[in-house]
Amino acid sequence: MIRPTTARISLALFVLPALTIYIAFAVLPLALSILMSFFSTKDTAGRVFVGLQNYYYLFTHPVTSARFWNALLNNIEYFAIHLIVEVPIGLLLAGLLTSGLLRRSEGIYRTLLFIPATLSVVIVGFIWRLIINPLWGFVHFPLLGNEMTALPVISLMSVWQYVGIPMIFLYSALLAVPEDIVEAARIDGASNWRIFWGIKFPLIAPQFGLIVILTYIWTFNGFDLIFALNGSAPGPNYSTDILGTLFYRTFFGSSGQVADIDLGATVATVIFTIILVVTAVYFWLVQRRLKTYQI
Amino acid sequence: MTLALSNESATRSTRKSGDGRAWSADRIVVHALLIFFVLLAIGPILIVVLNSFKLTPAIFGGPFDLPTAKTFSVDGYLRVFTRGNFLLNYQNSLIVTVVTIALTIVTATLAAYGLVEYKLGIAPVLGGLFIVGIMLPIRLGTVPILQIMISWNLVDTLSALILVYTAMSIPIAVTLMVAYFRTVPTELKEAARIDGAGEFRTFLIALPVVKPGLAAVATLTMLPVWNDLWFPLVLAPSKSNQTVTLGVQQFVGQFLNDYPALLAALTLGVVPLVVLYIIFSRQFIKGLSQGVGK
Repeated sequence: MIRPTTARISLALFVLPALTIYIAFAVLPLALSILMSFFSTKDTAGRVFVGLQNYYYLFTHPVTSARFWNALLNNIEYFAIHLIVEVPIGLLLAGLLTSGLLRRSEGIYRTLLFIPATLSVVIVGFIWRLIINPLWGFVHFPLLGNEMTALPVISLMSVWQYVGIPMIFLYSALLAVPEDIVEAARIDGASNWRIFWGIKFPLIAPQFGLIVILTYIWTFNGFDLIFALNGSAPGPNYSTDILGTLFYRTFFGSSGQVADIDLGATVATVIFTIILVVTAVYFWLVQRRLKTYQI
Repeated sequence: MTLALSNESATRSTRKSGDGRAWSADRIVVHALLIFFVLLAIGPILIVVLNSFKLTPAIFGGPFDLPTAKTFSVDGYLRVFTRGNFLLNYQNSLIVTVVTIALTIVTATLAAYGLVEYKLGIAPVLGGLFIVGIMLPIRLGTVPILQIMISWNLVDTLSALILVYTAMSIPIAVTLMVAYFRTVPTELKEAARIDGAGEFRTFLIALPVVKPGLAAVATLTMLPVWNDLWFPLVLAPSKSNQTVTLGVQQFVGQFLNDYPALLAALTLGVVPLVVLYIIFSRQFIKGLSQGVGK
């Protein structure tokens, strides 16, 4: 019906506007960032290829490397708290919403539970900071001022905000579970608990895996909440510093640190690698093995 | 790709006939748990909104009390409007968000139609490139983005934000619209071509069928753009170009102990989006579940 030349020209014309913007402002900058990490701009001669020197500096310079490992460990903790609190609560809420025990209230609960996820992270941070400020009297301990509690507390603020995302994600997966299988189990006398773990959860395992890996990507991209609450050198004593704030501080500078474009690109590339490697390994090893049932 | 929510009404009707109507123990537990989590989710927001209409002593004296004639006050709001730049911030956020949504919808719809309609070898490759972009952490390209903007004289302009946000929104928008265009019946497009319509006219004729998709893309694009702090901070930090998110961040930094003003600023940041979300929540959740659910 459509001639091959027409098809070729049309495809190009239709796709080009989106592709150009996407390549120019998303793909290309990421690629350039990786490239820049192998160069130095500090030399007077202009841009000089320095191989892995920036990486060597990042991993061996006493102060810089200590900050990096600290931020990485904090980021792992930040992810772990999301993984063990946010994802299970999201699953619980999705399971409750699709338990078949609700009627009209299902939509109301769903809408209300998702509200925090629509807010700006900045606003969420400040709402919680006001509420847990000892000045207001709900809490009597400076949770954000203590090195032990600051990061877990900030992580929980983020969990509070984003728990709606895994909820909605798993909720729509659970809705696709065919009602007749569930109904058959129910007639056989299976409890709601057994129906969920025996039938529904195995069917949504691939989506559950996907939300875990998305949580990983999102938390390793984290920045806004911590920056809003604690600035670019997140205290106390860098105990809430994660890779995103480290990256910002490195390339943009902060009160105690000069901006360093080369090292910034290097940090960005390291973060990108951390995200990419885990995501790739996950898709190769885990996601392929999770059976997708044709439902 | 499953259109999960389209099953919803069907599922509902079977459920109604299924379980008994009595208040079983299970139902009570389910409602109790959900109510607990709802209170946890909206309680803090309500406390902020409630107290933004009170005088300072009442905020600290009885944080859970409703404002009375004696404690009611909008002083916080007055201070926000006189000392902050809220109107300008709103205007900036609105411009950035609306133009980004428009650009995203136009470009992504065209691209998705092209990818579905012209089945050349390269189409799936391009489609894959867009899908990868959904997971691409675009922030990590900030150093080159900043340099591009500097060389184009776009630093500290809203245009810089719009370009980056459009690039950020295109992958999910294209992927979502591809799913919608697959549902357009071939006969419709064939009939248009037989009537002598060109390729672009055929596209326009197919467009009304994917209207729900456009709404889903719009709602899905809106939140991350409106709420972002990173790019306004890096690309458009000056007073005249600040968005609401950055404006609130800076305002709070300046008025750390003025609780009424802080609470008012937060309320102003929260309410518009929550209202919009509640109005469009069905479309939003539909868009979200389709966008990520494949």
